[in-house]
Amino acid sequence: MSEEHDSKATDTPVEELPWPERFRELARQATDKRLKAFYEAGCVAPDTPLKEVPFVGLDFETTGLDPNKHSIVSIGVVPFTIDRVHLGGSRHWLVKPQLPLHQTSITIHGITHTDINKAPDLSEVLDEVLESLAGRIPVVHYRSIERPFLNVALKWRIGQEIRFPVVDTMAIESYLHPRRQPNWWQRLKGQQPISIRLPDSRLRYGLPHYPPHNALVDALASAELLMAQVQHHFSPETPIGDLWL
Amino acid sequence: MQAELIEIRNHLAQHAPFDDMPEETLDKIVSGIEIAYFRAGSDILKFGERNGYLHYIRSGAVEMYRRTGELYNRLGEGEIFGQYGLLMSKTVRFPVKAIEDSLIYLIPDEIFQYLWKTDDNFTDFVEVEDRSRLRSALSRRRRSSQPMTARVTRLISREPVTAPISVRLQEAARIMTEEGVSALLLMDESGDGSKLSGIITDRDLRTRALSEALPSETPISDIMTDSLITTNSNAFIFEAMLTMLHNNVHHLPVMEGDTIRGVIALSDIVKHESQSSLYLVSNIYQQQDVEGLKRLSKEVPSTFVRMVHEDANSHMIGSAMAGIGRSFSQRLLELGEEKLGPPPVPYCFMALGSMARDEQLVVTDQDNAMVLDDSFDPTQHDEYFLALAKFVSDGLAECGYSYCTGDIMATNQKWRQPLRVWKEYFADWTENPKAEALLNSNIFFDLDGIHGQIEFTEELKTFIAQKASNSQRFLAMLARNALNRTPPLGFFRTFVMEESGKQAKTFNLKRRGTAPVSDLIRVHSLACGSKAQNTFNRLKAIAGTKLIPEDGVDNLRDAFEFIAIVRIRHQALAIEAGREPDNNVRPEDLSPFERSHLKDAFQVVSQAQKFLKFRYNAQVARNV
Repeated sequence: MSEEHDSKATDTPVEELPWPERFRELARQATDKRLKAFYEAGCVAPDTPLKEVPFVGLDFETTGLDPNKHSIVSIGVVPFTIDRVHLGGSRHWLVKPQLPLHQTSITIHGITHTDINKAPDLSEVLDEVLESLAGRIPVVHYRSIERPFLNVALKWRIGQEIRFPVVDTMAIESYLHPRRQPNWWQRLKGQQPISIRLPDSRLRYGLPHYPPHNALVDALASAELLMAQVQHHFSPETPIGDLWL
Repeated sequence: MQAELIEIRNHLAQHAPFDDMPEETLDKIVSGIEIAYFRAGSDILKFGERNGYLHYIRSGAVEMYRRTGELYNRLGEGEIFGQYGLLMSKTVRFPVKAIEDSLIYLIPDEIFQYLWKTDDNFTDFVEVEDRSRLRSALSRRRRSSQPMTARVTRLISREPVTAPISVRLQEAARIMTEEGVSALLLMDESGDGSKLSGIITDRDLRTRALSEALPSETPISDIMTDSLITTNSNAFIFEAMLTMLHNNVHHLPVMEGDTIRGVIALSDIVKHESQSSLYLVSNIYQQQDVEGLKRLSKEVPSTFVRMVHEDANSHMIGSAMAGIGRSFSQRLLELGEEKLGPPPVPYCFMALGSMARDEQLVVTDQDNAMVLDDSFDPTQHDEYFLALAKFVSDGLAECGYSYCTGDIMATNQKWRQPLRVWKEYFADWTENPKAEALLNSNIFFDLDGIHGQIEFTEELKTFIAQKASNSQRFLAMLARNALNRTPPLGFFRTFVMEESGKQAKTFNLKRRGTAPVSDLIRVHSLACGSKAQNTFNRLKAIAGTKLIPEDGVDNLRDAFEFIAIVRIRHQALAIEAGREPDNNVRPEDLSPFERSHLKDAFQVVSQAQKFLKFRYNAQVARNV
């Protein structure tokens, strides 16, 4: 799952630079001081062993799945390393979505209109959010939510995009279970397809059931899942470059 | 704490010792929690390593070991470990390994110390020494028992009524009538000051004076009871009740040193506690036939349950149940003697086993024997005693005390013998001990005379005490037998854990719990020449010697009490649910409190067994 990187030649497009260099370049380009601070905190080198990587479990609850049509409702973060989660550093923010909160997502998140009306706009907590991510590698379950939503949100608010690597615990499960659909014979015997959803994946590692659809609890759930995945399938010496996307 | 972490708080709140904590405290804990994941088979804590966390198992399972590698405990979801090291040296005393993939919540030492200083329940729970934890658990129970803590002085409503010992029969009766009392205390005024020397009751006047048509001028000292049974002014009502039950007396002078504070009567206690077991007992003596006794015996289980609800301790319940059983036997013997005529030679009816130890519960069979006067002649007299024994035994069976499967009953000719033969039995058991034979005769070393010539049994007790304490071989053999039944190691989820790591669905709280304790205490007690029969009384006797270390005695007492009370509660629950009470317990029937403290109690018993083996060289006995 590693990405191939070219040389560090100065004429290389920013998108093709290895992450640590790309962060330095993006820090230079950033005009918003919150974003600048985020990049300046840096990014670990791809050959850093997992045991030395500062991670942060990250999860958003959103009004839908399309970052261009839907909005962030809440953000949960929990800092960790592969051998420790620190609950004391966990944070949770409710933010006011720019688009109407659909009835369906209300029932899923358990967040009401009253909660939302009192919530600040993301721009008001952006410094805190970026600070909690700074210098850490975000860990998410399904990479097509947090990074794109944060990117769009920032584009709208500060006119700048955001880039960072993530470790996707769902992608790891997908890689571990390439053939999840049972064949016709297995189906005949009643075998169910292997689910790589967060609760189902956790179950395979003996992790407890946590109630879903709360950003902080899901962030914690992904963090624990990565700890378990590393112990079962990788090693503390595995370079982060093998896992991040 | 972030409100979103309520899930973690709720999980803690479902498990001891967090279950009684206020939300603010739990929030503080959650905020400090760190989380670690361990694959099955990996080490969580290594011996001697530094540890700065209390470990809480959120999911999975772990095993703890002794330094020797011996399995110490197996723990699952919601259980904690690592506290021993935190309280001592901050280094690991019991290494821990994950036996399943486990998610562990780590509570930092700083929060642990805060809880330890501010939360008494928490402190009790994690206390370093298992034994002290057990003690505080018991004392908490004791504090909560209100109905059982009233003292006898509450029942004293008037000054004691006394008369000089020199009064005559008629004068005594007159005083009692005038004063309206059912008992008169008789004072010896010959020495300096007056001294309580006897008691005469309404019942004595009827049975000893009127029925014998004694002249009114008979000196009262001829018919009074002079071997006085009294109680202390700071005794609890239940203790007075037990004294009455045990001795079958209806009046107790209450003493404060040498001064008489008053007299309490059975009727006073019955009034105070209209449903007490004494009430049942007094009814037993009014029954005129087996049928009546059988009817009354249906009330025994509810009396038992009531005492459990009143938070009586195991000693109180065991004694009350034994008292009831004894009363049934006594009344049956009286009825038998009425039917068959007076006995041809004096005899004593003995209770054996749990009844003799005052440790009877509801599920019990009858174990009894007869000691006959040495003038007994089988051809002339045995027909009578067999008939009497059969009458009592059948009667007891009718009343729910099933026949002894080992045939240890007075109906068995072997156990219906003159005193001289009984002494031969005991001499043989103690002088030529054989492990197998001793296993079957264990029960005879718990004995109590309950009817007739009580002195016969007392003589046997003295004889045994002398013989036993002098025979190392006998003690070694008895100790070896006492090691046959061991307690389980503890519990894991819905299983009973054995030291070998094996798991079972149920275990027997008598065979694996109370019996091993009473067995091992019997050995020590016989070794120190005590004549006590009750396990607690035996422990007192042992405490007076240097046979086992002082705290060993206290620990055993606590362990015995805890196991006994869990067993009692288990039976009471079955009775209330309309089930047949038994001794088989499934771990899921136990509360978390009971589980963790039973584990502590088993630990104490296991250690006491190891000590017993060493103390009496029980290992060597195996080869003799």
